[in-house]
Amino acid sequence: MNTPLLTVHELHKYFPLQGGFFTSSKEKCLAVQDVSLSLHKGETLGIVGESGCGKTTLARMIAHIEKPTAGEIRYNGQDIFKFDKKQLKAYRRKAQFIFQDPYASLNPRLTAGTIIAEPFIIHRRNLAQDIDTDLENIMKMVGLSKDQERRYPHEFSGGQRQRIGIARAIALRPEIIIADEPVSALDVSVQAQILNLMKDLQDEFNLTYIFISHDMGVIRFISDRIAVMYRGRIVEMASNQQLFENPQHPYTRILLSAVPRL
Amino acid sequence: MKASPVLAVDNLSTWFDTEQGALKAVDEVSFQLDAGDTLGIVGESGCGKTVLSLSIMRLVPTPPGRYVSGQIALNGLDLLSLSEREMRKVRGKAISMIFQEPMTSLNPVFRIGDQISETIRLHQGCNRSESHHKSIEMLRLVGIELPEKRIKDYPHQLSGGMRQRVMIAMALACHPQLMLADEPTTALDVTIQAQILALINDLKRAMGTSVILITHDLGVIAENAQQVAIMYAGKFVEYSDVKDLFSLPLHPYTKGLLHSIPRIEGDYCRDKRLPIIPGVVPELSRLPEGCRFHDRCPDVLPICRNVEPALIGQGFPKRYVRCWKYQ
Repeated sequence: MNTPLLTVHELHKYFPLQGGFFTSSKEKCLAVQDVSLSLHKGETLGIVGESGCGKTTLARMIAHIEKPTAGEIRYNGQDIFKFDKKQLKAYRRKAQFIFQDPYASLNPRLTAGTIIAEPFIIHRRNLAQDIDTDLENIMKMVGLSKDQERRYPHEFSGGQRQRIGIARAIALRPEIIIADEPVSALDVSVQAQILNLMKDLQDEFNLTYIFISHDMGVIRFISDRIAVMYRGRIVEMASNQQLFENPQHPYTRILLSAVPRL
Repeated sequence: MKASPVLAVDNLSTWFDTEQGALKAVDEVSFQLDAGDTLGIVGESGCGKTVLSLSIMRLVPTPPGRYVSGQIALNGLDLLSLSEREMRKVRGKAISMIFQEPMTSLNPVFRIGDQISETIRLHQGCNRSESHHKSIEMLRLVGIELPEKRIKDYPHQLSGGMRQRVMIAMALACHPQLMLADEPTTALDVTIQAQILALINDLKRAMGTSVILITHDLGVIAENAQQVAIMYAGKFVEYSDVKDLFSLPLHPYTKGLLHSIPRIEGDYCRDKRLPIIPGVVPELSRLPEGCRFHDRCPDVLPICRNVEPALIGQGFPKRYVRCWKYQ
């Protein structure tokens, strides 16, 4: 097997609790404890767990939004928390984030076109004409039309907003996409459209996904491998087939049995 | 002999007057609910399922809302003809409601015990200490440990699942004939969802309450309802016994919905795609001519584009579908 694109090694994240203004608190919230995993190019790692299990904190650390208390994350062998400014900028370009709430994560004062083109402007300032054709291509790829570029987020439906979020994330041809509950706020029929779109884009650009969800059905559909998180720890890690056909950890079994069957 | 239904809704239409014209949020909806049954109402956001439940509670703000036509009869009592004063006696007593977000539907500045006993005092005319004891009983009934202590808690001290239990305790405190549950578990984790649904079912059986369960999750319906109505753009498009619906969905929208859900059964295949319903739900102020689903329908016929189909019985008991294919 070739070397992994990203490895997470014994990652911990503690948040202080009830710290007063002058007194430092001894109590801590153990959000992520001793998490290790590796990610290969082109695969989808599903992370499943209930609210408060640490899955979002883990994702935010991988995206370099949050710093760990201990442990390291290596991208192509290099520790992302030891990157200098230039390396970090390059990493931010390669690892993109898709947020859960398409209503809260888009700037309401910017047009769809500006939101999608913003990454280009930030990462290479020249080439104004280029941006226009790139913008058109990307909007087409996610199922939006060019004439929607002048509209504001509130003029779009939830599904279309999530398409804008995805367009923005793939704009710079990233390697890794970290998607935190990207379809949880969407209706079932729209959810299906977005899930299919994410698979199509993965095929086209050989994207690597970290896909966070609390929905076992969604996780089953999209993931090659799955990590089950419970109280900050990964309690089970298995291939899709193994996890659903032969769950080992009692918590995984509870999760599976709680899903209402059609 | 069949007892008369607890709730009979006949040809109910609730519209909203807006600058864009009348918004037909609920349009010509009819159904009957028997004692102790659960009716599931399924639909996507904006299909009118919440407005339907608010209409039954008479909580639609008028204006801009308007009850255009129809009757809502609770054990023969016509709710739409009651005065606001009379209706207030019905709410919380004969009909109660639990909402999706237990944090926003509980009052943050009152202790949960006070909120439950308020309902009890108001409708059962008992004094403070009686209502206090009844509140503790209700909390115990919904599975809250140490209810004597918990009764003094404020909503923010409870987890989401506990808050929903408190909402259920409040809703069932006066032994209502009908409980409306609007997405009661959507904000909860699956394991908590399973607990809450089991609790609603147990209490429903013990008290003989009928339930209207509104959700977008067909799995929840499959396990918890006896009848199910599928709503699309303000109308019922299919009505059925739960078993028949899942074994033989008739309406193309129902089929599309069922197929587009990712299942945990079956095999994993990376190249697999979900069958989708193309397009988007029409805006209620700009409904298409003819069948409201026709421009997304895989089985569209010429007549669908011009004439709206009626909800027609399909031979089975309690099976209706609104589609030209079956007329």
